[in-house]
Amino acid sequence: MTDAQLKDSKAFLAKRYAAERRFKFYGAAALALTTAFLLFLLVDIGRKGLPAFFEHHATLQVLIDPTKIDASNPAAGDFATLVKDAFFAQFPEITSRSERKQLRSLLSQSASDDLRAAVISDPTLVGKTITSQVLLSDEADLYLKGQAQDETIPALDSLREKNLIEKRIAWRFFENGDSREPELAGIRGALFGSLLTVSIALALGLPLGVAAAVYLEQFASKNRWTDLIEININNLAAVPSIIFGLLGLAIFLNVFGLPRSAPLVGGLVLALLVLPTIIIASRAALRAVPPSIKEAALGVGASQQQAVFHHVLPLALPGILTGAILGLARAFGETAPLLMIGMVAFIADVPHSFTDAAAVMPVQVYLWSDLPELAFQSKTAAAIIVLIVVLFALNAIAIYLRRKFERRW
Amino acid sequence: MDQIIPNSTQQIPRIMVGRDVRISARNVDIYYGEKHAIKSLSVEIPDRAVSAFIGPSGCGKSTFLRAINRMNDTIQGCRMTGDVMLDNKSIYDKDVDVVQLRSHVGMVFQKPNPFPKSIFENVAYGPRIHGLAKNKTDLEEMVVASLKKAGLFEEVKDRLHASGTGLSGGQQQRLCIARAIAVNPEVILMDEPCSALDPIATARIEELIDELRQNYCIIIVTHSMQQAARVSQLTAFFHLGTLVETGDTDEMFTSPKDKRTQDYITGRFG
Repeated sequence: MTDAQLKDSKAFLAKRYAAERRFKFYGAAALALTTAFLLFLLVDIGRKGLPAFFEHHATLQVLIDPTKIDASNPAAGDFATLVKDAFFAQFPEITSRSERKQLRSLLSQSASDDLRAAVISDPTLVGKTITSQVLLSDEADLYLKGQAQDETIPALDSLREKNLIEKRIAWRFFENGDSREPELAGIRGALFGSLLTVSIALALGLPLGVAAAVYLEQFASKNRWTDLIEININNLAAVPSIIFGLLGLAIFLNVFGLPRSAPLVGGLVLALLVLPTIIIASRAALRAVPPSIKEAALGVGASQQQAVFHHVLPLALPGILTGAILGLARAFGETAPLLMIGMVAFIADVPHSFTDAAAVMPVQVYLWSDLPELAFQSKTAAAIIVLIVVLFALNAIAIYLRRKFERRW
Repeated sequence: MDQIIPNSTQQIPRIMVGRDVRISARNVDIYYGEKHAIKSLSVEIPDRAVSAFIGPSGCGKSTFLRAINRMNDTIQGCRMTGDVMLDNKSIYDKDVDVVQLRSHVGMVFQKPNPFPKSIFENVAYGPRIHGLAKNKTDLEEMVVASLKKAGLFEEVKDRLHASGTGLSGGQQQRLCIARAIAVNPEVILMDEPCSALDPIATARIEELIDELRQNYCIIIVTHSMQQAARVSQLTAFFHLGTLVETGDTDEMFTSPKDKRTQDYITGRFG
C-alpha cells in the first residue's frame, strides 16, 4: 500500500467512525428527549393529582341535642343543623348573616354524614357531647392545601391555630361515585364501570379472537379468500376507534335496542375494537411455534386438531396472553367509542350489573377535566394517576406471564 | 440379483430378492406447485431390513419418504399421482384413515423434536391418543418398554419426569425413536436422523437402527454414504426426482450399474 492509499483509507475510516458516532448521538438525544417529556408529564400529573388523595376535616364538639334528635328514630334527625351550630360556636364573633353564610360554605354539604352514621349505629349517644370530625368543603380544602387563588379565609386560619384541622387520606375518593360536589366525587363508579366493560370485552374478544387465529393459521387453506380476510383484519386494526363507537350505536342500540350507557354495550364495542389486535397477536404467537413440534405430533398419529390443541396452542399461549392483555390495556384506556354509545353521562351511582348505566375511567377523566371547579382539576389528575397505575399493572402482568411461560427450543 | 429397470411398470425395481415386500410404490409423481419433485417412481421395499435412500440435496428422497406416511398431505400445494401400498393395500384409498396409517408408519425427523414436556409424557403421548393403554400401569409399562427398545431407559430411568428438551441431542433423537415405536408401528421412516448429531451420538443411533431392524421395516434417508453403507442392507439412489438405481448395499457401493450412481458414490458430484 502506498502512502497516498494509506492516507485515503485512514480518512475513509475516520468518516465511517464519525458517521457511527453521529448516529449514536441521535439515538441518545431522542431517548433523552422522550425521557424528559415523560418525566415532565408524570411530575405534572403527580403534583396536581396527589393532593386529591387527601382531604381536610374540622374537629368539633357536637352536642347531640335530644330536642332535635329523637333517640328512638335518629335517622330522621336534623344533623346538618347540629353540625352547623357547632361550627358557628367556634366563631362567636361572627354574627352577620352574610358572613355566616360564607362560614357555612366552608363545610361540605355532607359534613354531617359521619356524625349521623355514628348516632344511628349507637343511639345512646343522644344527649351527650361528642367529638366529631366534619368534612370541609372543596373551597376550604383547597385553601388548606395552599391551592386557593388569592383571598385569605381567617376562619380557617384560626381553626388551624387551634389545631382543630385534620388532614386525612381521602378514602372517599375510592368509595364514592361521581358527584357535583368536588369533595365528595370519587372514582369507584368509573372503576367498576371500567371493570365490567373490560370483562365483557375480554370474555368475548379473547375466545373469538383466539379461535379465529387458530382457524386461520392452522386449519384454513391459503387461498384468495383467506388472503382477503387477513388483509381486512389488518385494516380493521387501523380503523379509528370512534368508527367502532358509531357501529355500536347503529347496531347494538338502534337495531337490538340494548340499554344506553351500559357496560354491556361498551364491552361489545370494545370487544370489536380489540378483536383484530388479539387475532394478529395470536397468529404471530402460533406462527412462532416451531413446525417440527406439530410434525412430531402428526407423525405419531395425532389428528390435526389434536396436534393443534395438545401442542401448538399451549406453546403459543404466553404470546397470546401477552397480546390479549395489551389489547385489554388499550380497551381500558379507550374513550371515543364509548362517547358514541352514551357512556358520557353524569352517573352518581356505582354500577352493579352489566346493564346499569355507568361511566368508565377515561370518560370520567374527560368529564372532570371539563368542569369549572378548581378542585375537579386536581380530581382529574388523580383519576389519571389511577388509570396509569392500572395500565402499568396490566402491562406488568403481561410481562410476568411472558417470562413465566416462555419456553426455549 | 434381478435385472433392475427403474421406473418401469412391467418390472418394479425390487431392492432385494427373497424377502417379503412391505411397501411398494407404483408410478408415483409428486408436485410442489409447479415443481415436479418425484418423477414416475416405482419401487418395492422389504420387511425387516434397513433400506437407505441416498442422493444429492433436492433429489426428492425426503419427499418420497413423506409420501409413505402421507405427511405430504399437510403441505399446501403438494399433489401426488400414482399409488403407494403398504402390505398390498393402497394407503391413498378413500377408506384409509390417515391418523391410523401414521400409527402404523412412524417417523423420526431430521432435527430431534421432542415435545417440551417430560420424557414420560413424550413417549406416552402416542399410546394415549390412540387409546392403546387400558390403565396407568399399562401405560407405564409401554413407556418403559419403548424407552428400553430405544436404548434410552438406563440413562433416564431416574428422571422420567424431567423435561425431554433437557436431554443431549443424541438422547433427544433416541427419545423421538422411543416415541415413534411406542405406538407399535410396522414401518419406521427416518429422515436424516443423525444429521444434527455428533459422531458418537450418531454411532449410538446407528447401533440402535441395526437392533430395530429385527422387528421393523426401516427406511432411512441419509446424506452420508458411509452411513448408508454401515446401517443399510439395501440402497436406493435418487437423482433429480428419479430413482436411478436400487440394490443390495454392498453391491451398489462396490459395483454400481449406473454412471450417475458411480459418479455420486465416488464423490464426483453431490
